[in-house]
Amino acid sequence: MTELNINTPLTEDTVRKLSAGDMVKISGIVYTARDAAHKRLCTLIDEGKELPLDLRGQVIYFVGPTPPPPGRPAGSAGPTTSCRMDAYSPILIRRAGLMGMIGKGERSQEVIDAMTEGPCVYFAAAGGAGALLGKCVTASKLVCYEDLGAEAVRKFTVKDFPAVVAIDCHGGNLYKR
Amino acid sequence: MMRKISFDKIRKEIESLCLSAAFDLPDDVENAIRKALKSENTERGRAFLKQYLENAELARNERLPICQDTGVAVFFVELGQDAAIEGGLLADAISSGVNDGYKAGFLRMSIVSDPLFERKNTKTNTPPVIHLKLVPGDKLKIILAPKGGGSENMSSLAMLKPSDGRKGVVDFAVNTVIKAGGNPCPPTIVGIGIGGNFEMAALLAKTALLRNVGIPNPDSHYAELEEEILQKINSSGVGPQGLGGSVTSFAVHIEIMPCHIASLPVAVNLNCHAARHKEIII
Repeated sequence: MTELNINTPLTEDTVRKLSAGDMVKISGIVYTARDAAHKRLCTLIDEGKELPLDLRGQVIYFVGPTPPPPGRPAGSAGPTTSCRMDAYSPILIRRAGLMGMIGKGERSQEVIDAMTEGPCVYFAAAGGAGALLGKCVTASKLVCYEDLGAEAVRKFTVKDFPAVVAIDCHGGNLYKR
Repeated sequence: MMRKISFDKIRKEIESLCLSAAFDLPDDVENAIRKALKSENTERGRAFLKQYLENAELARNERLPICQDTGVAVFFVELGQDAAIEGGLLADAISSGVNDGYKAGFLRMSIVSDPLFERKNTKTNTPPVIHLKLVPGDKLKIILAPKGGGSENMSSLAMLKPSDGRKGVVDFAVNTVIKAGGNPCPPTIVGIGIGGNFEMAALLAKTALLRNVGIPNPDSHYAELEEEILQKINSSGVGPQGLGGSVTSFAVHIEIMPCHIASLPVAVNLNCHAARHKEIII
């Protein structure tokens, strides 16, 4: 099993080198967003309006963290079920340049097709290990949609965030058995 | 003579129950993860199981939520018929304790008021779900089992025909778990309710999740059925986080009830590996 350290934002080159099954430690910037924020971002794209953040080369982490206790940048922050974002991810990959996603569970064929075109990579993190994953967050800044509470978009700086390449941009897919 | 239990006492107990449920993984669940670490046959699967153990320790020591999805607060309440609540309604005391506990512990507020249209967060994590049973005695027993959305969303119910029999139940349960894949955060605990009626089957399935992990049904026929379903699930290859492996579920728990001559209701309620449950007796 390969173990790789990767930095974000991603480059096309990095994305193409990743294969399903690679264990990775992610360091750099990831943006948090769940379905409610995805819906708003895709509505803006549909209406031809500017997004509140530049997603080119970026990674979105599907997470709704707990509020940070005093003195910490983030609370518990494990992945949520990714298929709820399936309706939106292809739009963000094709039209906003998104290159990476972190979540848990399978993705639809439409998402996988968009990832191949992208390119874009999908990482799976340990669902239910929120305390451990939250500790990898070294800084957090609100970007937009504060009214969504836990579902607001935040810019997380992460260090050595453990994940697995679950679906790569070449069609490799650990969920296929 | 009625024993009096004060509203405030209940509210305070619920507040601390919310915190310990969110931070302290129960021993039976942690032991199930340790046991799975020995039997899981993939390196990737074992890597995830190790992360769960590390996570449980970190959460306990640093008072952090085990999972960011601190869930719907689901309560199973047994109220002794010789006890009376003084100073307010039982449901209000529980709700108020949930609000206080979730705020004090920096837990996630995960409830929206309108399920379909507005979906606005109530910002109190209320209302909770409360199942109340009147029992003999003058005590108040409260179990809190916070339930995350990931595993709840993959649960399922079927109104089988009596002729579907044992095979129908096995197939439905196994397929529900396989179809769920990595979404419910496997390894899961599989609660199965058989019998009752439409709503009782679902409640039985949820009640089955309260049993300590791996304790078999006292009836040997159902204990065998639990074992058969577990083996079929674990030979599916779904594995930890659905990324392949030999441990997809820690245990299958079945609860049953008598049912109508025309019916065979079956419900499957999945729980993630962060299966939280805590109880108090007042």
